[in-house]
Amino acid sequence: MTPQLAIFFVLAALAVFGALNLILQKHPIHSALSLIVVMIALAGLYLLMGAEFVAAVQIIVYGGAIMVLFIFVIMLLNAGVEEHTSVSKLAGTVGVPLAVVLLGFIAVAIWHSSESAQAGLQSGTLANTRDISTMLFKDFVYPFELTSFLILVAILGAIVLAQREN
Amino acid sequence: MISFLTSNAYWIIWLVKIGLLLFIVLTVNAYLTWFERKVVAHMQSRWGPHRVGPHGLLQPLADGAKFLLKEDPTPAGVDKLTYFLAPLMALALALTSIAIIPFGPEPLHIFGQTIDLGIANLNIGLLALFAITALSVYGVALAGWSSNNKYSLLGGLRSSAQMVSYELALTMSVVGVLLLAGSFNLRDIINAQAQHPERGLFGWNLWPQILGFFCFFVAAVAETNRVPFDLPEAESELVAGFHTEYASFKFAMFFIAEYTSMITVSCLCTIMFFGGWLSPFPASWTFTHYLPSVILIPFGLWVIWDGIRYETVFGKLMLPGVGTVMFAMGAALIAFPAVNEFIQGPFWFLGKIFVFLFVYVWMRGTLPRFRYDQLMSFGWKLLLPVSIANVVITAFVMLLWGAK
Repeated sequence: MTPQLAIFFVLAALAVFGALNLILQKHPIHSALSLIVVMIALAGLYLLMGAEFVAAVQIIVYGGAIMVLFIFVIMLLNAGVEEHTSVSKLAGTVGVPLAVVLLGFIAVAIWHSSESAQAGLQSGTLANTRDISTMLFKDFVYPFELTSFLILVAILGAIVLAQREN
Repeated sequence: MISFLTSNAYWIIWLVKIGLLLFIVLTVNAYLTWFERKVVAHMQSRWGPHRVGPHGLLQPLADGAKFLLKEDPTPAGVDKLTYFLAPLMALALALTSIAIIPFGPEPLHIFGQTIDLGIANLNIGLLALFAITALSVYGVALAGWSSNNKYSLLGGLRSSAQMVSYELALTMSVVGVLLLAGSFNLRDIINAQAQHPERGLFGWNLWPQILGFFCFFVAAVAETNRVPFDLPEAESELVAGFHTEYASFKFAMFFIAEYTSMITVSCLCTIMFFGGWLSPFPASWTFTHYLPSVILIPFGLWVIWDGIRYETVFGKLMLPGVGTVMFAMGAALIAFPAVNEFIQGPFWFLGKIFVFLFVYVWMRGTLPRFRYDQLMSFGWKLLLPVSIANVVITAFVMLLWGAK
């Protein structure tokens, strides 16, 4: 087993553990902390693939900014321990089979993915900042601008909702 | 034995460097508290610490012993895991960020090995630093929440709100520097400022990026929770804010984390805007290379003179000893020109860091704390627009006049 593979398994286990813990923990702050673990483990995986920039941005944006906001809101609302209800009928009859089918789909997709795609992922060709910016601001500039516009609309909506009270 | 050392030299050097850097940073931290107390005291016409050792110089040692020996009670009703995790996170992240700082231009050649000054030389150096600072807010926020104390909770809340608000300005303010350097690597950023060695300090990023420097420094002070942005701990309103419920060494961990991040911010300011290890004088002025000796020798003599007049016997012994060491170091630098050349980079780097640390203390001695609404409007309505304007202006200027 190469060191890379060993690190991959450690990080992957950490990510899965964090994700499970996120659901199983009863207190929102503990769940949020588990989510941070997932984010950092994912950043580690990106780093392992040679995508340094994406890894750093993953930690700055998701691990830092967004999760700080989550924790801020949880602390501000002083959210208490959540109560677990018994599993609803809909979730039991429809959700579980759907989850199994989804897992199957993903497994089949990975199984059938071409050798070249896997090799491309492993060699870390999606690495540097220049490539990413060319992709964002040249190849996919319209979707990128559209997304920014969408976020702007969302911000304006939030301001309107906040202003309505006075 | 020798073969083991040479074959594993890489790992051994690495471990020794980490250990040495940790030792240096923690010692500097300890004496930074002494320095801060002394300087603030003199600004307020007091003496500051002066009982433990001559001029209170052993006060940090006494403080350290006190932190280690005090009882460490865990208050009832705290969230155990988070309560223990918070100071660990704060300290670990603060110390990690120092690893990315490069301290000098030339590697050290010793015993046939080449040793870089600095532990990790990352391509994404600056981004990695921002990633670490982005995570470091959790130490404070979680400490505030897990203590189960309303003052602590308020401190934690303020800290996370402040962090979210100033993180944006902090990140935007360095984009100008990145555009000028074309790299995230801290060494490349310094080398980009060395393109005109004849200009000396006028070649630094400070002049084209003066707006960026203003935004960065203010936002960075806010990120380190220091005066005038120390709302999370505001001792006059929140007791001690987020670390009210922490005692003994857990409290010390927050303290060390805060001072370490002060050092990191000073390093970053120096690297990005003040030319890192570059001398402020034009490269042709080689006589300025004797400056370390010119500072060390008179200072050493003064310490000896001061020590002889000191009241206590211990001071009469210790101060002249320290002064003699300083004098000898200054003399040695004149005697060995190779060593003198080597320490030029680290000398300027550490000197600039010292100036920034003094500015930190100076601000604490003079500025009142921001009010919460002032803090928010300052961050969102002034810093963020100015830093964005700085990015736009820098980009346009570079486009019009070519890349510098």
